[in-house]
Amino acid sequence: MNSFSYSRPDNVNAAVSEISGQKQAKFIAGGTNLLDLMKENVEHPHHLIDINHLPPGFIDELPEGGLRLGALVTNADTAYHELVKKNYPLLSMAILAGASPQLRNMATNGGNLFQRTRCYYFYDTATPCNKREPGSGCGALTGYNRIHAILGTASSGDTPQCIATHPSDMCVALRALDAVVRVSGPNGERTVPIADFHRLPGDEPQRDNTIEPDELVTAIDLPQEHFNTHYTYLKLRDRASYAFALVSVAVALRLDEGGQIAEARIALGGVAHKPWRNPAAEALLTGKTAGETLFRQVAEQLLDGAQGYGNNTFKIELAKRAIVRALELAYAGSTQADDAYNQEDIL
Amino acid sequence: MQTTLPKQPVTRPAPRLVPTQPVTLTINGTPHQLQLAPWTSLLDALREYAHLTGTKKGCDHGQCGACTVLVNGKRINSCLTLAVMKEGDDIQTIEGLATGDPANPENLHPMQRAFIEHDAYQCGYCTPGQICSAVGLMNEGHAKSRSDIQELMSGNICRCGAYPHITDAIQEVMQQTPKNA
Repeated sequence: MNSFSYSRPDNVNAAVSEISGQKQAKFIAGGTNLLDLMKENVEHPHHLIDINHLPPGFIDELPEGGLRLGALVTNADTAYHELVKKNYPLLSMAILAGASPQLRNMATNGGNLFQRTRCYYFYDTATPCNKREPGSGCGALTGYNRIHAILGTASSGDTPQCIATHPSDMCVALRALDAVVRVSGPNGERTVPIADFHRLPGDEPQRDNTIEPDELVTAIDLPQEHFNTHYTYLKLRDRASYAFALVSVAVALRLDEGGQIAEARIALGGVAHKPWRNPAAEALLTGKTAGETLFRQVAEQLLDGAQGYGNNTFKIELAKRAIVRALELAYAGSTQADDAYNQEDIL
Repeated sequence: MQTTLPKQPVTRPAPRLVPTQPVTLTINGTPHQLQLAPWTSLLDALREYAHLTGTKKGCDHGQCGACTVLVNGKRINSCLTLAVMKEGDDIQTIEGLATGDPANPENLHPMQRAFIEHDAYQCGYCTPGQICSAVGLMNEGHAKSRSDIQELMSGNICRCGAYPHITDAIQEVMQQTPKNA
C-alpha cells in the first residue's frame, strides 16, 4: 500500500471542503473495496478522509411515504432493518445475496454505490486497462472475459474501450426501485436518480459514475412504492454463496385485482457497466398475465443488442432464462428461489 | 539471459513518508497505546504491534475470513480496515473469548469448547477466524436453520474442509443458548 496521510472530519461541510481541489484525496467509510484496491496498487490516494465520524446516518421514514437510507448505515444494518424487510424486501434480498457477513458489517450504503469493477484486468496492474489507465487498451476484450459485459459496451470507435461490469447487487435492486441518491458538494446538495448515477463506459471508461470527486453521498431515498408482494432477486454465480454475479435479475411487479400486471420493473446485474433496465421490455408486461411465451419475449427485448466476446457469450442465453425464471417467481409471489432449502427450522 | 543494468541509477522522487501517530486501540478490554502509520491495517496492528498473533493473515484481501475479529460485537475482516479507523471501538480477538486462564477448558468460550468437542478443524489456521465469526453470527441472531448457518459462515474459508464439523459445533452452541440470551 502507498503512503498516505489521514484525517477525520466531524461534519459534512468540513469533509467536502477538505476534499475540494485535492485530486489525490479520497473518502473512506467501510474501506472494504478501497483498501483492497490500494493493496493492489490500483488506487493510490495521497490522503484519506475518514467519514465515519460524520453524524451517523439513520434509516428514517420520509414524510411522503418513502424511506431514507443514511449513506453511513452498513449494508447489514440496512438489509436487516425492520422497515426495509417489510416494505422493500427486494433490497434486503439483493444485499444479502452479496459479499459475506463480515463485509456487509463493514460496507456502507454510500460506499456500495462506488464499488469498482472486479474485472481481472482492472485489478492486474501488469496488463492494459482503459479504466485504470485510459488509453492503454483493454485486456479483457481479447482475453479471458467470462465475467464481462454483454450490454452497453459501445464506444465511438470500432471496438469497445471497456467491457467491465458493475459488481453491486444492492445497486441492481435500487435501480428496480427507482432510488434517488442525495449528494453534497461545494455548491450544496443535489439529488441524482439512480438511473443517472452510474454510467456506460463509452469513451471514458475511467469514470464509473456521474459524481464529481469532491462530492459526497449522504443518503439514498427509496420512493413510496414498496413492491413487497411480487418481487425477487435471482442471482446466478459460480458457487452458491459469496461470489459475484454472472447474471442477476431484480424483478418488482405490481398486480391489479384480476392478476394482471399493472407495472413491471426488471433490472439486470452482472451484464453491463451499470445496472441495466429497458423500459420497452417492461412495457410488454403491462396489462398482461403471466405466461412463459410472454416472459420469453420480454427477455428477448431486454437482451436486444447484446453482444458476447467469446468466454462470456453464454451469458446472453443465461440472462434470458434467468429473466423468465425471475418473472415466474415474482409473479407467483414465491420470492425465495430456495424456499424449500431454507425451510428446516432446527434451532 | 543477460541483464542490462542502467549506467546511472534511475532517479525517482523520494517516497513521501508520513510520520507515525499514536493510536489507542481497546483490545479485549485493555487499552493498547501503539505508534502506527495510517496505512497499518487492524490485522497488522493486532499481530505486529499488539503482539496478539491469534488473529491470522490468510489472503489479506477480505476473501478468506481468517482475520475475522469482533468490533463492537460485530464480525469484520481486520485486513480490510485501518487500525486508525478503530480508535475508540471495542475490539475482541480470539485471545479475548475465554474468561480467565484458557489453559483450563472450563474457562473457554462455549464456541471454543464446541469446536474442540466436534473436532471442527484440521490444521487450525482458519479456526480463530471461524470461531470469532461464529460468535458474531450468534450475536447477530439471524441464523434459524442449519442452512442459514452455512450461508452466514460463507465468509470463512476452511481449506481442510472441516465445514460439516464447524456447522455441527455452531449448531450445538445455538441449540444450548436460550433464545433471549
